[in-house]
Amino acid sequence: MIGKKDLEHIGWLARLELSEEDKEKYTPKLNSILDYFGEIDKADTEGVEPLYHVLPMNNVFREDVPTRSLSQEEALSNAPKNQDGFIKAPRMM
Amino acid sequence: MYENPDGVMIGLEVHVQLNKLRTKVFCGCTTDYHNDPPNSHVCPVCLGLPGSLPVINKKAVEAAIKVGLALNCTIEEHTQFYRKNYYYPDLPKGFQITQYDFPISSGGYITIEGEDGEHRVGITRAHMEEDPGRLVHEGTIDKSKYTLIDYNRSGMALLEVVSDPDMRSPKEARRYLDKLRNILEYLDIFDGDLEGALRVDANISIMGGQRAEIKNISSHKGAERALLFEIVRQKNVLRRGGVVVQETRHFDEAREITLSMRSKEEAHDYRYFPEPDLVPLKISGWAPAIKAILPELPDARRLRFVEQYGITDDHAKALTSERKFAIFYEDVAKKVDPKMAAVWVCDVLKGELNYRDLPVEAFNKEHMLSVIYLLMNKKITEDGAVDIIRTLLDKGGTPDEVVKEKGLLKVEDDIVSTAAEEAIKENLQAVADYRAGKEKALNSLVGAVMKKTKGRADARTAREILLDKLG
Ligand SMILES: [Zn+2]
Repeated sequence: MIGKKDLEHIGWLARLELSEEDKEKYTPKLNSILDYFGEIDKADTEGVEPLYHVLPMNNVFREDVPTRSLSQEEALSNAPKNQDGFIKAPRMM
Repeated sequence: MYENPDGVMIGLEVHVQLNKLRTKVFCGCTTDYHNDPPNSHVCPVCLGLPGSLPVINKKAVEAAIKVGLALNCTIEEHTQFYRKNYYYPDLPKGFQITQYDFPISSGGYITIEGEDGEHRVGITRAHMEEDPGRLVHEGTIDKSKYTLIDYNRSGMALLEVVSDPDMRSPKEARRYLDKLRNILEYLDIFDGDLEGALRVDANISIMGGQRAEIKNISSHKGAERALLFEIVRQKNVLRRGGVVVQETRHFDEAREITLSMRSKEEAHDYRYFPEPDLVPLKISGWAPAIKAILPELPDARRLRFVEQYGITDDHAKALTSERKFAIFYEDVAKKVDPKMAAVWVCDVLKGELNYRDLPVEAFNKEHMLSVIYLLMNKKITEDGAVDIIRTLLDKGGTPDEVVKEKGLLKVEDDIVSTAAEEAIKENLQAVADYRAGKEKALNSLVGAVMKKTKGRADARTAREILLDKLG
């Protein structure tokens, strides 16, 4: 069971700001998702190979050959703030 | 047997940049960015733009297998990538592509020179991941207002080599790092001199406490210092009756202390899940072919040097502890007496280079050969040879020029003989003292001969000739 504390923690990990109203709304929703996983867990998987990827493929590679990169101007064009060619972000921690 | 009185247990997580590849791990951006402006080697993949698709670099996988084999690991049958989710500005996507329960290799070891002789350090696993971007803080990390980000490094191929907690002292940790770096350089997949090439996180605990993880160690010396500090800190906490809690600490390189980061994120908070954009790898079948072409590694070369060149194990160990040095020695040893080459390359040149903090590239191989030829032909004295090496390192030039400028050509034995005769005549008191049993009096006579020949006589020859004449 996910309680309010768990929800707040999950919100913090995703850097989402949740209002009291959001919390009321999402707690039961997340619990119903978890319940559904509980249903899936009940399935009998005896003798079934684990599925690691939905595509039936392995070993897709690229050769070690350089391709064109973006220009610095292009690279910075999506950043809200930049300085001396760096992207500028608020201090962390 | 090493007692390990404090019950120190150290495990290291070393992030190795595969910086000899031409391109990053999941995109075609070049790895040659070290002298370029920030954010000038980036693309939608390594900037984490929506809709971009990573594709793995085949050479990066081959390099990872090489390292796994060189560290005596098993190359796994099935390997795949995961997303490790956390928000930090060095990760543009909000997650890092890394490996989790199916690393590419696991279960190996490295042999190091331990506190009590040869010591084996287990390798838990070596897994592949992408490097985050580089963060620059104005001022110190705890005081700056902004974080500046350069994503040129983002997406560089990394190998995280995780050891078992088998090291029992900071010194062993340093030896482990030296050995690991050396092996990586022998494999020719890594240039340890480039900035950010090798970064270390250390786990350390002492008896009666929990372990601390120390982040942000960027050099081998730094690792040793951080661990020394941490042992003292943990011992002090316990001595005062406190509890050493499990936590993450940051190493402040300038102040040589570790600081608590009070990190709120726990392992399960990373919410690892399989990377849907990359299909699994089944590459264990490549291992035999790669193993067959694996270059000679340091331990093997050390044994071969002893056997092939008849040099001591100490010389062989020192010469092979750095790949470039081993190559330098071998090129010289092939042309002259290998034992003599070992003395001059290992004992003399290496010492002079270390003293000046210079790499082996600072000395020309041909010059080393010239110096040894001059010695073999008895043209210069051993002191003269040392003088030439020092002068070449400090001022440049060629051995012949230095010999000429400094007048280092050894004088002939008959000149030494004449000088000895003169010295005996002019220093009768010393002669009398020597004859009276004062061995030391001979030194002043040798000194007089050296003075007369302006230091170009070989001191040993002068001594022999004097002894002969004094009968
Ligand atoms: Zn890129």
